[in-house]
Amino acid sequence: MKKRILTLAFIVTMIASLAGCGNKSGENGQVIVYNWGEYIDPETIEMFEKETGIKVVYDEFETNEIMYPKVKAGAVKYDVICPSDYMVAKMIESDLLHEINLDEMPNAKANIGKQYWEMSTQFDPGNKYSIPYCWGTVGILYNKEMISEPITSWADLWKPEYSGQILMQASVRDLLMVGLKKNGYSMNSLSEDELKVATKDLVEQKPLVQAYVIDEVRDKMIGNEAAIGIIYSGEAIYTQRENENLVYVYPEEGTNVWIDNWVITKNTENYENAVKFIDFMCRPDIAKINFDFITYSTPNEGAQALIEDDEIRNSYIAFPNLSDYKNLETYTYLGEDNDEMYNEFYKEILGADN
Amino acid sequence: MLKNKQKLMLGLPYYFWAIAFIIIPLCLVIYYGLTDKTGAFTFNNIASIADPQHTKALWIAVKLSIISTIICLFLAYPLAMILVNFKKGKSSILVMLFILPMWMNFLLRTMAWQTLLENTGVINTLLQTIGLPKINIINTPGAIIFGMVYNFLPFMVLPIYNSLAKIDINVVNAARDLGANGIITFGRITLPLSLPGVISGITMVFVPALTTFVISAILGGNKILLIGNVIEQEFSQTSNWHLGSGLSMVLMVFIIISMIFTAIFDKDGEGLI
Repeated sequence: MKKRILTLAFIVTMIASLAGCGNKSGENGQVIVYNWGEYIDPETIEMFEKETGIKVVYDEFETNEIMYPKVKAGAVKYDVICPSDYMVAKMIESDLLHEINLDEMPNAKANIGKQYWEMSTQFDPGNKYSIPYCWGTVGILYNKEMISEPITSWADLWKPEYSGQILMQASVRDLLMVGLKKNGYSMNSLSEDELKVATKDLVEQKPLVQAYVIDEVRDKMIGNEAAIGIIYSGEAIYTQRENENLVYVYPEEGTNVWIDNWVITKNTENYENAVKFIDFMCRPDIAKINFDFITYSTPNEGAQALIEDDEIRNSYIAFPNLSDYKNLETYTYLGEDNDEMYNEFYKEILGADN
Repeated sequence: MLKNKQKLMLGLPYYFWAIAFIIIPLCLVIYYGLTDKTGAFTFNNIASIADPQHTKALWIAVKLSIISTIICLFLAYPLAMILVNFKKGKSSILVMLFILPMWMNFLLRTMAWQTLLENTGVINTLLQTIGLPKINIINTPGAIIFGMVYNFLPFMVLPIYNSLAKIDINVVNAARDLGANGIITFGRITLPLSLPGVISGITMVFVPALTTFVISAILGGNKILLIGNVIEQEFSQTSNWHLGSGLSMVLMVFIIISMIFTAIFDKDGEGLI
């Protein structure tokens, strides 16, 4: 009998400790945030925790495609997520997002520039679900010491003399975008024939490619490991601080303009805290701290006004005048079947012979 | 003697573990593998291994892991023999040196090799300063094999070491007494007696090498797609869990085959650590 009680006690403690796992929160509860890697200054999270007494549980992802199934499966109950444009559309369609009331977020309402709200309507009609956090472009970064002729277009990445020096992006949309744009097609093309042409080109280019990577582009370009890399504009500013030979160009065939946005999940358990978190991040001083840290363009006009360095404020990388460039496009959500078609072509490229 | 009931009670934590972390996930994989997006039963996910892309990835994975296993075997067997012949204290320090890197995270060690092997990495910079030619191994199948051998070598050394250590020295001495020379003694006494360790070493290297996706992503620069990468992409990029599970089940068949192989040759579990 005694033994049985012991066993019972053991099981009860096990269950109690398991149940206890979810309860470590601040005095005013918690908010679970799921953001891109290195996409916030950790200091601002601490400031938020101190000012509000809300504990932030912070988790990171590397691509939209990795984030989506985790959120959809609901294994972790994230409250605030930072998906890109086309992924916001996909999440709205899958009914994963909570509507946002801008009147509850005075900082967001006052500080996010009008043009960014307009850009957002492409994937979030009526600005009902998302608050712009960062935006930028995708371009080519090259090392002017390692390459004699300036690079101006996607087609330059097919020149045999750059063999072994090119870093391409290892994510479905960003890789196929290059092939599509090079041939003058839309990066949201639904035509199988156009995708076939793009894929054929990217397969042909493969022997010239050093590696397909995502976050490593930054370090490899800084360390002179590669001469040419496809990179997000925010990362480009960071790499130029570390290596002055790096030049960022907008390819002449056109490229991708993207916005990453704060959203709140449909089945959030901490809606109030999520609203507070997003609004806190839209405060000009906080947005400025984050801009300095991650160097991705902020749509926060209050923060833009706080930037003292003229060179950065007028930088063609950080705050380009988009009308200067031709054929810029934002990704749109393609639908499940077309996503699958894109994935098949992506697999074909990565699986091709070197 | 423990009564059966008491035995069952003692096993409870393990049963709980096994059900929660082995049986249930396995059932989920089988469920996903045998259904399509609408939830209807299908064999298509498993049959898709015949898709040329997938067959190619599987073939490359099999090829690279066989090469790695062979290299591991040829490195590990002599090493295990050296270790066994050392006196007790010395050999345990050496065995320890072998296990030591395993205390560090596998991912970190692999990423460290990426930095070491890069064209402008530590090794090439060193080679160049002393006037030697550079090695261009990063992002090639060679780098993947290197990563596999480096990471899985201890899994080959330890079982062979164990089975060699168990051989009674008198058996070897008897062979020598009866006139067998070193080579014959090795071929007819030592090798057959150590076979269980060799077989479980082969399984323990081949299986993780066949299924890896991290090594090919980090050291292969995503340029060489192994079957592990295909499965990983189905889960992380494509969010097609059904196809990913179906392909995982095909890989499981390979693993089960190699386990049967081990069970036949290593009946007493001698090679197990």
